[in-house]
Amino acid sequence: MEEATSTYLLIIGGVLFALLNVAAGLIWVERRMLALWQDRYGPNRAGPFGLFIVLADSLKLFFKEDWIPPFADKPVFIIAPAIVMASVLMAFAVVPFAPGIVVADLNIGLLFFLAMSSMGAYSIILGGWASNNKYSLLGAMRGAAQMISYEVFMGLSLMGVVLMSGSFNLTEIVEAQRGLWFFIPQLLGFVIFFIAGIAETHRLPFDIPEAESELSAGFHSEYSGMKFGIFFIGEYMGITLISCMVVLLYFGGWLGPDLLPPIVWFILKVFAFISVFILLRASLPRPRYDQLMEYGWKILLPLTLLNLVVTGGVLLWLGE
Amino acid sequence: MFSLLRTMWLTFLHAFHKRDTVLYPEEKNYLPPRWRGRIVLTRDPDGGERCVACNLCAAACPVDCIALQATEDPTGRRYPEFFQINFSRCIFCGFCEEACPTYAIQLIPDFEMGEYNRQNLVYEKDDLLINGEGKYHGYNYYKVAGMAIGGKDKGEAENETPPVDIKSLLP
Repeated sequence: MEEATSTYLLIIGGVLFALLNVAAGLIWVERRMLALWQDRYGPNRAGPFGLFIVLADSLKLFFKEDWIPPFADKPVFIIAPAIVMASVLMAFAVVPFAPGIVVADLNIGLLFFLAMSSMGAYSIILGGWASNNKYSLLGAMRGAAQMISYEVFMGLSLMGVVLMSGSFNLTEIVEAQRGLWFFIPQLLGFVIFFIAGIAETHRLPFDIPEAESELSAGFHSEYSGMKFGIFFIGEYMGITLISCMVVLLYFGGWLGPDLLPPIVWFILKVFAFISVFILLRASLPRPRYDQLMEYGWKILLPLTLLNLVVTGGVLLWLGE
Repeated sequence: MFSLLRTMWLTFLHAFHKRDTVLYPEEKNYLPPRWRGRIVLTRDPDGGERCVACNLCAAACPVDCIALQATEDPTGRRYPEFFQINFSRCIFCGFCEEACPTYAIQLIPDFEMGEYNRQNLVYEKDDLLINGEGKYHGYNYYKVAGMAIGGKDKGEAENETPPVDIKSLLP
């Protein structure tokens, strides 16, 4: 019992440590990758390959004035960035990084992930509301509408995977992919989940709550210092989370040829999807708000339902 | 949908393109010879100062960053007693170079003149004067000017005929 607790704490600490470092490291990764695709070099002066830019950036954020506008709703203003961080970190609790390396192997892991990623919408709406600023509120409203509507078919697109594996437990879903990774039978589901995931993390091209060119910075216009940093880090962790989920649900998680240990396979796959996120940012323009909503409700939702019905039908047909 | 994927693919291919960035301190851009940068005062082929302290550059300067005081040496040759250019004001427009009748003031392709202290941006004559002719070689104002200075009388300049003797009736 004693030993179990200590390994347990070790896993929690390790996961937290690794995640926060990954999120900070992504600052550098994203800037270098964007530069790569824009024929630039990106940060390359401080330290080897410019890696110390992470240090410089976080030091800068820590020493910046942490200003709370006098017109803001102070308690809500302070708690909003904490919510995004907490909800994303909570969602990581159910992510199995490799066999045995999981904080909580819940039998409803997938539902827990969906619940926690929905919580993220609170941080946007509360942050935008508490800022007491027109742009922030507009951004927050857009963000909330976007996240709620994309959540609908984000959940529904996952149901195909749940039908095929017969479980909500992420470890069992990965194990069910031993023969065939789910992105082949569930290609449509994968594409829709990925699109919804981008909208969920409000990354470009779906960064409508932030939309620099229209809303200055959207819901976090009034945030400065480390509070802004937490929104920032929360976004990077969101990217990591969605990449982890895509890998777990559609790309066989830690499964892979035996030449590398399972955790390395998992990290490689996750990194590949993080790169796709950054590539999307480098290449695609932002759609208009009504286009985004139309795209979601008129195209993606019917497609998701179709995917669900066909998957269920085929499974029933095969089962008989 | 296809166009989006095509965009992503084309963007991805940029990873293998040549970088546009010039890694500046290690690797410097080519600056054309007429590039308008740091201002210098040049000398004529004999090593004398070209500047005759006519004040035309100071008059032409739109931001009034040039200050000078004219004086003469014993032979009657004019030169500036002091010559200051305030580079924290200078806009590198090159009007001074255009105004200069003797090719003395010239802008050269050099822009690396950053300073930590603003006072250091005021360049004195010692800082401005170079031991060369700059962009215009072989030009010596006093050799072609019709003015009498030490060692050269009227009519002795290059391409100049001796003055007409107005007291004589001979052709």
